[in-house]
Amino acid sequence: MRQWLRRLTRRNEPYIFLVLLALCLLIEVRSGQFFTANNLVDIASAMVVPGLFALGIYMVIVSGGIDVSFPALASLTSYATTKYLLDAGYTGGIWLPMAMSLVMGAALGAVNGVFIGFFGLPAMIVTLGTSSVFKGLMQGALNSVQLAVIPEGMRQFGTDALFVATNPVSGLSSRMPVSFLIFAAVVLLVFFLMRYTYFGRGIYAMGGNEVSAHRAGFHTRRTKFFLYVIVGMIASAAGLIRTCMMQQNHPTNMLGMEMNIIAGVVLGGTAITGGAGSVTGCMLGTLLIVIVENSMILIGIPTVWKSVFVGALIVIGTGVSAMQVVRANRLAANRNLTQEAAKA
Amino acid sequence: MSGMARPKGTLSTLYAGNRHVFRLVAVILAWMVFMALTRFEKFYTLINFQTMASQFPEFGLMALGVMLCMVTGGIDLSTVGIANLAAILTAFFLKAVALPDGGLPAYAIPAAFALAMAVGAVLGVFNGLLVSKVRIPPILATLGASELFTGVAIVLTNGNAVSKLPIGYATAINSKVLGNLIPVQLIVFTAVALVIWFLLNRTTYGVKIYLLGTNATAARFSGLSNDRLLVKTYMLSGICAALGGMIMLANYNSARANYGSVYVLQCILIVVLGGVSPAGGKGRISGVVLAIFLLRLLETGINRFPQISSYYISLIWGGVLLLVMVLDYFSDYSAGRRLKRRPATPAP
Amino acid sequence: MFQSLLKATGVHKSFAGVHALKGVDLDIRKGEIHCLAGENGCGKSTLIKIISGVYQPDAGTIEFDGKALARITPIDAIMLGIQVIYQDFSVFSNLTVMENLALNSELAQKRRLVNWKRMREIAREAVAKINFEVDLDAPVSSLSVAQKQMVAICRALMFNARLIIMDEPTTALTRKEVQALFDIILKLKAQGISILFVSHKLNEVFEISERFTIFRNGELVKTGETRELDSNKFTYYMTGREFAPQQFVPEQVSKEPLLEVRNLTAKGFFEDVSFALHAGEIVGVTGLLDSGRSELALALFGVRPADSGEIRLKGRKTDIRRPRDAVRGKLGLVPEDRLSEGLFLPRSIEDNLVIAEVDRLAGPLSVIDRTKRRDEIRRLVDEFKIATPDPKNACQTLSGGNQQRVVLGKWLACNLDVLVLSGPTVGVDIGSKHDIHEILQNLARGGMGILIISDDLPEILENCSRVLVLKSGRIRKEMDTRDADERLILSHMM
Repeated sequence: MRQWLRRLTRRNEPYIFLVLLALCLLIEVRSGQFFTANNLVDIASAMVVPGLFALGIYMVIVSGGIDVSFPALASLTSYATTKYLLDAGYTGGIWLPMAMSLVMGAALGAVNGVFIGFFGLPAMIVTLGTSSVFKGLMQGALNSVQLAVIPEGMRQFGTDALFVATNPVSGLSSRMPVSFLIFAAVVLLVFFLMRYTYFGRGIYAMGGNEVSAHRAGFHTRRTKFFLYVIVGMIASAAGLIRTCMMQQNHPTNMLGMEMNIIAGVVLGGTAITGGAGSVTGCMLGTLLIVIVENSMILIGIPTVWKSVFVGALIVIGTGVSAMQVVRANRLAANRNLTQEAAKA
Repeated sequence: MSGMARPKGTLSTLYAGNRHVFRLVAVILAWMVFMALTRFEKFYTLINFQTMASQFPEFGLMALGVMLCMVTGGIDLSTVGIANLAAILTAFFLKAVALPDGGLPAYAIPAAFALAMAVGAVLGVFNGLLVSKVRIPPILATLGASELFTGVAIVLTNGNAVSKLPIGYATAINSKVLGNLIPVQLIVFTAVALVIWFLLNRTTYGVKIYLLGTNATAARFSGLSNDRLLVKTYMLSGICAALGGMIMLANYNSARANYGSVYVLQCILIVVLGGVSPAGGKGRISGVVLAIFLLRLLETGINRFPQISSYYISLIWGGVLLLVMVLDYFSDYSAGRRLKRRPATPAP
Repeated sequence: MFQSLLKATGVHKSFAGVHALKGVDLDIRKGEIHCLAGENGCGKSTLIKIISGVYQPDAGTIEFDGKALARITPIDAIMLGIQVIYQDFSVFSNLTVMENLALNSELAQKRRLVNWKRMREIAREAVAKINFEVDLDAPVSSLSVAQKQMVAICRALMFNARLIIMDEPTTALTRKEVQALFDIILKLKAQGISILFVSHKLNEVFEISERFTIFRNGELVKTGETRELDSNKFTYYMTGREFAPQQFVPEQVSKEPLLEVRNLTAKGFFEDVSFALHAGEIVGVTGLLDSGRSELALALFGVRPADSGEIRLKGRKTDIRRPRDAVRGKLGLVPEDRLSEGLFLPRSIEDNLVIAEVDRLAGPLSVIDRTKRRDEIRRLVDEFKIATPDPKNACQTLSGGNQQRVVLGKWLACNLDVLVLSGPTVGVDIGSKHDIHEILQNLARGGMGILIISDDLPEILENCSRVLVLKSGRIRKEMDTRDADERLILSHMM
């Protein structure tokens, strides 16, 4: 039990959970509006797209890489899908658009995968380059403009609700989008992939030590390649869901999201150097950012302060965990010595 | 053992040491020739080159700062945040000191530059402390700081643009000197580039940050004050960014928290394309300056083809970056193999 | 009677025109402990890589258990029962012990899904084989070096290993841990497993191996029974040179100490350490890996400053909070791990040589005086006989011994009074070791005070006039080396 507790305190998740809880309680005490059905549903629904992105980026960061191209990738695939189906007068359900997005996402992810996995080029620079290429394809080749109408099937998918939560006091109601199910499924899938398959363990191993991973028998190149393919698919799904939920496609408004998503993942305890992190932490960190971005208004902080809070959160959060690492190293050294002394 | 590796003549020595720079020059020349063949009258005009020279210093200055950080093995994602915050504060200052007739007192412009540089320096030091003392990885520290600076800028302006500036400032920066030939923006950029070239190549600071970027542990064990070097570097980057903000302020005649947000990644692209290694310790300012030129030439050149969307520039830009990396990969790869396969120790 | 397990004959291997192996033979018998020795670059690691399937030989044959091997891959080698334990152990410090142990075998069976229960069983079985006690759920990053090595050994044993190749396994181990490792090796031998022990440490070769093979410059120099070997022959085979013993005798020792340490304490590392170092003498500090000796070096140089106590340089109390303070006080440190702590490998030899004194070569506004810098570099290259066609070349083009000289040169450029060396010859081959000792002795004769922190006792006895023995962070004994021998020092260390 004590050992379990000690191990728990060494992890990041409990702390981030406590911070999250404290923030929720603070908002609740100040506004009385946090733990209301409609607010919780609002947060859950606001979590879907950033949450999906975060899952992808979490896997990439654990592998020792990074991806800044996912917003451009998602924008390109969702725009191309929406535009093509609109032009074709498509009236069917969500399945075809989703399948198209996923195929395109996989293909574009594979581009990242080839450069990073097979050529071994630095992930940061490659994805910076592909991000630029994807954006150029969207704005140049596809001549992207804002699409105010989207195909009926996508519109439907965006407005369908699992259930509607109504706040008895204010009378406001919020819909729980169907896409939340997709999000939940991807959470489980990524959790399973990372914990119960050798593909996932290979990602952890690679993030720890790539040479050793290769020696141990992981196909590191192949693993990296498929990793970026998967991340491309998750990102493209997120892009399409966002289009559906917004009922329109604004080609550039996802661009620039990458940094806050990465920040959330890192706040959740994923080591930026790779090899460590968990789905739980990644979700908690993202949730923290989402709540700060969406709920500050509830405690009377004007929205103009949003960036200040998010920025401070990133600086303080990463600062505290950086300090922890330094302290942990020192403690470990001390512990070894005291153990040795005790033996002698 | 290195007998066979000895270059044959001075020219090939020069080439071997600056392979990357030569490649950039070749690409630029090829593009210039292409433009000459296809759109000579529209491209090769004085006004066209003057326009380019007044535009690129905005992001060019920021890229110079990012380069310094990258030489130390770090990165600066907060350049645009610093530029905007500095520009906004300067805009407030200019409005405050404006004379009743809308003109500016003589001291206003030098004072505005001093103020912006001071703001940039302070914000840069903040970054530097996060990186060196708190030991946050640079990518995260400057990312958070960027959000924070932008946030402060939003709070100060309520998210709106600060406009209706005294006209004197924009006029002064947008004017041309030396017989109405050289834009002031270019003068600022050239001055900063020369200062940085001097710092990197002629002073102990330059030697030290290259070595720090190569191996931070060895630098510490050689008695260098790594923390102080990092703070200095991020401070310089902050000053460069603030100067970039001053150029933006003049070019747009207004300041706003979200101006130039594409420049964050663009600066990194430029620096990497310029041959600076993201792992640190490598890169020359000549490469970065060439990469800045290349970007501007490509963009302006493409604009001379009305049938081609100017948005293609981003595609070309990313494509060029990937191409250069793959080229470097193959040439380094073969060089690396030669080096690795040489036995470590020759006979004593 | 003696059955060969692995027999390599006439193996050649060239890399881009460089002949790394020129027809070497190696014969390892079943159940024997065989030592492969040679200086850096002699071709021993190339041969290991050929045996383990990483490289293919250009010519020659390799037989394993009577069957000729042609074109094998690393996986084939593992399946045959050939296991290599690399110097870095190839463990994943971010994963748990359990996962580290089970990963390889699960992967070798091409499993796709993780069964954590089975993993635990595999891991339990693996540690049971050599009675290694460890928390299976602990992350490997929390283990000591020796424990990490045990993890690597346990992992190797899971594949019905028949030949285990250990690449310089003792480099980072304490004496006690080396003993424990040798016990394990003997146990493995008893199970009929052959061990190829790669080392250039003479005493280990004598202690553990039955037969030996020595390579030099890609050629087989000698193979035979270890019994027939002695230290002079060993050195000669390795280097092709003969070395006269060079016991250091201090000539002129100053009256006043150059460096005086009083009650220096760094909590958790060492306590109440006091000693004095005079000009012209070489003092040794020794102790087990965890005795605090390395931390003492770091504290003297200000990398990890001490919590209390005082350091006096030339009689003046000096507060050393960072390396810069130490350098100002004319104290330098040659760190243990030269490649990662002492050198900037991709940078030029010039930069490496003058970095510590670069501020002295600069004029106002810290602008470097280029003539001064060039003259200084020329002086240093000549003085230290650094063999390079052009000091503008990258430092990594130098051989190991020359790199060592660059590290020394860097500090001597600063006209230091005191030089602290942490493990000055760890990982250095015999020839270069000899050269380094010679340089150090000359420096001491020239009036410098030198502190050698090392657990290489022959090195301490040969070079130092006094030795301080650290144990669990305290100085247990101070001895004159004339009255000491290895056994006596060891008895105070343990």
